[in-house]
Amino acid sequence: MSNTNVQTSKKTDEVAIQLKGVNKWYGQFHVLKNINLTVGRGERIVICGPSGSGKSTMIRCINRLEEHQQGDIIVDNIELTGNLKNIEAIRREVGMCFQHFNLFPHLTVLENCTLAPIFVRKMPKKEAEEIAMHYLERVKIPEQADKFPGQLSGGQQQRVAIARSLCMNPRVMLFDEPTSALDPEMIAEVLDTMIELADTGMTMICVTHEMGFARKVADRVIFMDAGEIIEENEPEEFFNNPQSDRTKKFLSQILAH
Amino acid sequence: MSSITDQKYAPGEHPDLPPPPGSIGVVGWLRHRLFSSVGNTILTIIAFFFLFKVGNAVVFWVFTGATFTGETQDACTQGGACWLVIGDRFHQFMYGLYPQEEYWRANIVFVLMVFAIAPLLFDKLPHRGKFLIFSALFPFAAFYLLSGGLGLETVDTANWGGMLLTLVLGITGIVASLPIGILLALGRRSNMPIVRTLCVCFIEFIRGVPLITILFMASNMLPLFLPEGVNFDKLLRALIGVALFSSAYMAEVIRGGLQAIPKGQYEGADAMGLSYWQSMRLIVLPQALRIVIPGIVNTFIGLYKDTTLVSIIGLFDLLGIAQVAVADVKWRGLAPETYAFIALLFFISCFSMSRYSLWLENKLHTGHKR
Ligand SMILES: Nc1ncnc2c1ncn2[C@@H]1O[C@H](COP(=O)(O)OP(=O)(O)OP(=O)(O)O)[C@@H](O)[C@H]1O
Ligand SMILES: [Mg+2]
Repeated sequence: MSNTNVQTSKKTDEVAIQLKGVNKWYGQFHVLKNINLTVGRGERIVICGPSGSGKSTMIRCINRLEEHQQGDIIVDNIELTGNLKNIEAIRREVGMCFQHFNLFPHLTVLENCTLAPIFVRKMPKKEAEEIAMHYLERVKIPEQADKFPGQLSGGQQQRVAIARSLCMNPRVMLFDEPTSALDPEMIAEVLDTMIELADTGMTMICVTHEMGFARKVADRVIFMDAGEIIEENEPEEFFNNPQSDRTKKFLSQILAH
Repeated sequence: MSSITDQKYAPGEHPDLPPPPGSIGVVGWLRHRLFSSVGNTILTIIAFFFLFKVGNAVVFWVFTGATFTGETQDACTQGGACWLVIGDRFHQFMYGLYPQEEYWRANIVFVLMVFAIAPLLFDKLPHRGKFLIFSALFPFAAFYLLSGGLGLETVDTANWGGMLLTLVLGITGIVASLPIGILLALGRRSNMPIVRTLCVCFIEFIRGVPLITILFMASNMLPLFLPEGVNFDKLLRALIGVALFSSAYMAEVIRGGLQAIPKGQYEGADAMGLSYWQSMRLIVLPQALRIVIPGIVNTFIGLYKDTTLVSIIGLFDLLGIAQVAVADVKWRGLAPETYAFIALLFFISCFSMSRYSLWLENKLHTGHKR
C-alpha cells in the first residue's frame, strides 16, 4: 500500500450515527440483538465477524435498505422511521459501496456518477459532470469516464462505485465488504482509495476482513457474532489483547493464513 | 482427444489446420456442402428439382402468367394471377369506405405519420426534441383531419377502413399498450396489496378471455350498461378493447424483464436516494425493457395482426375490406390474389417491426454481461 503513515484520528465529539437498542428479525430468526452503537463525526469504524453474524444487516439498517423492528436509529439528527421523506433525506447524506459494486450497466461511468446529483440534488448537468470528473480523478480513473461499467476491471468498477457515492457529497460512507469480490492486486487499489478517503475526515463504517486496513485507519474495531456486538476496541488493543473467547477464536482463524 | 504419446510432431511445431471450407471458392463450397457423397448428391438433385418446380409455379402465377392490364376479369386469360382486382379495389384497400373526395386528408395523415413516428424510433435524429413535440400533437391532428368538423366535412368513423383503419388500430394499440403494460407490471410487483390485487385481477381476466369476446362485449354489451343516449363511438370501443387486451400481455412480458434485474440494482438506486419513480424510470425500466425487446415486439406484431378481428363488430379493416372485395360479383374467384396482396401488406409491416427490434437490440448493447 502506498500510504504507510499511521492515520491520525479525525474523530470529533459530534454524533453522526446512533443505534439504540436495535432489534431485527427475519421471520422467526433474530438477526440483530439489542445493538447499541454511537459513531462520532469523522470516526472510522471497522466491523468484522464470522459469516452470517449480521454485519451486512446492521449497516444496511443505517440507510434503511433493511427495516429494523425495535429500537432507534438516528443518522445526522434525523430519526429513521417509516417516513419516506426522512428515509430519502438520510440516503442523500449516506453513501454506500457494495460487495458487487451495483453500478448501472446501461449508463457510462460518467452517467453513473452524475445521475444522483442531477436527479436527487437537482444539480445542473454541467456542474454535476465537473464534480464527477473531480472524484474520478481522485480515484485515479478519469480516462474511463466514457466507458460502460461492463468494460472495466473489478477494481476499477469498485473505485467508480466509490466515486459515484462521493459525488453526492455524503457525510457518512458505508462499505459492505468492498474488496471481497476482488483479486489481490485490485484489493490494494481499492484499499488505497479508501485510505485516502479516510484521510479527508470522512465518517466511515466498513465491514471488511482486511485487518491491515483496520489497523491502519480504524478508530475502533467492532466484532459481531450471532447478531450481537461482542467486543469493540481500538485496533491495537483489539488485535493484541482481545477480551472474549469468540473474538480470540475468530482472530486466530482469520490471521492464520 | 489424443494422448501425448501419439502426438506426431514436436511440441510447438504442430501443423497448421487447413482454412475453413467456406473460404476456398464457390466450387469448393458446392462440392463440400451439396455433393460430398452419392447420397447427398441425390438429395441435392431432388431438392433442387422441387425448388425449381415450386419456384417456377410461383413465378408463373405472380409474374409471367399474371395479368396486369385490362378492365374486367375477362382480360385474365393467361392462367396466372389476375392482379386487376387489386388495382380496381386499391382505394378501398387503403381507405375503406372513406369518401373518395376526402382521400387527401387520409394521405396527409399518412405522410404526417411518418414524421411523427420517426423521432420515436430513432434517437439520433437531428432536432429530435421538436419532432417529439410534433409526435405528441400528431394524434390530435390526425383525429381532426380524419373525422372532420370545424370546416372539414365530417366523416363517420364507421367509414374508416382498409389500411387506414388497420394503422389507426395498430398504432394506437401499440402506443397505448406499452405505458399501460408498464404500469400494470409495476403494479403487480407493488408492495401495496390493493394495487397489486387490482393489477393481478385485470391481467388475469383479460388474458383469460379471447380478444373477440372483449371486442364483442365492448361493442354489444357496453351500451346496455351505459345510460340511454350516451353513445360511445364504435371505433373508440374497439380501440379501447385492443389496447387493454394487448397491455395485459405487455404487462407480463415487462414483468419478466423486471424480474431479471438483480436486487443490487434496486439497492444501488435506493442507496443513492432516488425515489421509487426515479429508480424505476432511470435504472430499472431502461434495463428491463432492453432485455425484453424481443418479447415486446412479439406482442406488438401479435397485436397488429389481431386488429383484423375488429371485422367481427362490423369495422372494415384491411382484412374486412378484403372479404368485401372477395364477395364482389364483378370479380369472382379472386380470393387468392386478394389475400396474397393483404398478406404482403401485413408482412411488410410486421417484418419492418422485427428488423427494427434487431437493430435496436444491437444499438443498445453496452458490453455488459451480468
Ligand atoms: N432476506 C433475508 N431473509 C432471511 N434471512 C436473512 C436475510 N438476509 C440475511 N439473512 C440471514 O441473516 C443473517 C445475517 O446475514 P448478514 O448478511 O447480515 O450476515 P453477514 O454478517 O453480512 O455475513 P457475510 O460475512 O457472509 O456477509 C444470516 O444468517 C442470513 O442467513
Ligand atoms: Mg455481508
